[in-house]
Amino acid sequence: MRKRTEYLLTTTALLLLGTSSLCHAASGKLIGTAGLSQIEGSGGGGLVPWATLTGYDSQEQISVNAQYSQANLDNYKLDVLGVSASFYDKIEISIAQHEFELKDAGVDIKQHIVGIKYKLYGDAVYSKWPQFSLGVQFKDIDNGEIARAVGAIDSDKGTDIYLAATKVHLGAIAGYNAVWNLTARATKANELGLLGFGGIENGSYQLMLEASAGLLLSRHLVIGAEYRQKPDNLGLGEDDWKDLFISYIPSKDISFTIAWADLGAIAGVKGQQGLYFSLSGQLR
Amino acid sequence: MKSPIMLLTLGMLWGCANHSTSIYQQLGGEKAIEQIVENFIHEIQFDEYMFSQFKDSNINRFREKMAEHLCMLADGPCQYTGDDMQTVHEGMNITENQFNHSVDLFIKAMDKANIPHSIQNKFLAKIAPSRKDIIYR
Ligand code: HEM
Repeated sequence: MRKRTEYLLTTTALLLLGTSSLCHAASGKLIGTAGLSQIEGSGGGGLVPWATLTGYDSQEQISVNAQYSQANLDNYKLDVLGVSASFYDKIEISIAQHEFELKDAGVDIKQHIVGIKYKLYGDAVYSKWPQFSLGVQFKDIDNGEIARAVGAIDSDKGTDIYLAATKVHLGAIAGYNAVWNLTARATKANELGLLGFGGIENGSYQLMLEASAGLLLSRHLVIGAEYRQKPDNLGLGEDDWKDLFISYIPSKDISFTIAWADLGAIAGVKGQQGLYFSLSGQLR
Repeated sequence: MKSPIMLLTLGMLWGCANHSTSIYQQLGGEKAIEQIVENFIHEIQFDEYMFSQFKDSNINRFREKMAEHLCMLADGPCQYTGDDMQTVHEGMNITENQFNHSVDLFIKAMDKANIPHSIQNKFLAKIAPSRKDIIYR
């Protein structure tokens, strides 16, 4: 059953990515202010879920997006495949699949994440105050052996809840548009949930802060930085994550992001840095 | 790693304080605004989605009032003699999508008038607050 959903997800995502530029897509927002997603499948920057939804939908539109992302680190590799739908610039539903490869051990950890995001207030570009959204990410690990081996309390399922605020400032920095985002996340997840939830050092929810800042150099080019605080439930020295990114957005239908990510120690192996690449396409 | 964020924040504050020449002057004055309005009307004419709203409008009046209004928003030396935004767009039921689309067309109109990217953004920042008076009226 699981194999089948995975296969379905993979083929639909690829198919949709392939045909994305052919379809008539939602176009209700300013280019460069939407269309990006994060590693857990929600609309946002590479690491951090933002208050903005993935799609370019306005209050009258529905949009569907797909992403393929990969982080290639010294000792690990993470592949992310995701599909999300945004309804009337109000609700976003996302599904993402993680395949995390432990290069030395030759093993994979798989995880599925279903996300829901609800816009509480505002419009990142047009309202006076930032846009606010509340989101939930339901995480489900396929093979929990490694999570158990490193001492996770729960090696099966976990849920993150976050509140995000995002604002675009038109012409704010020497005439360039700037965007910032702040997210507070309640989580028990170890390394996104790939190493389970909770551990010997801590078993309860903790509040983590995540932040992003970006500058739109043109209507098609964004550079920025992200920071994501993480708990160290397992006592393995889990580090906060950071990246520097550049996104190229040739049209509202497609975007490419490359980032230099510094993910610190993962499962006790220090100094994990590498390139993150992401391709996202708007299907309608 | 936190320093880029700090820099951006500082930059934003600096950007707010830097108002020495008006946007009207930076755009290139009356000529530039007339050119933008002309291009904008051209964009609307060839846009099925927008044109339906304007088919019964007096384009000469629109041209004149729009130029005055933009001049005023850009802190130029003009007197706007048209009606206020809410009254003008009352009953048109302009959707958020139509509004955002009109901003795309407006950007095209500025591109074709060779307005530099950074000045376009500062101008858009002046226009954006009108949105709440224009949509869903
Ligand atoms: C930032 C956005 C906008 C600004 C600053 C703006 C400004 C103006 C101005 C100054 C006028 C002339 C007022 C007068 O004649 O007294 C006008 C008229 C008009 N506007 Fe807008 N407008 C905007 C957006 C829109 C949008 C999105 C639509 C429709 C999709 C629209 C539809 C119209 C129409 C149809 C008229 C002509 C009304 C008539 O025939 O009497 N406007 N607008």
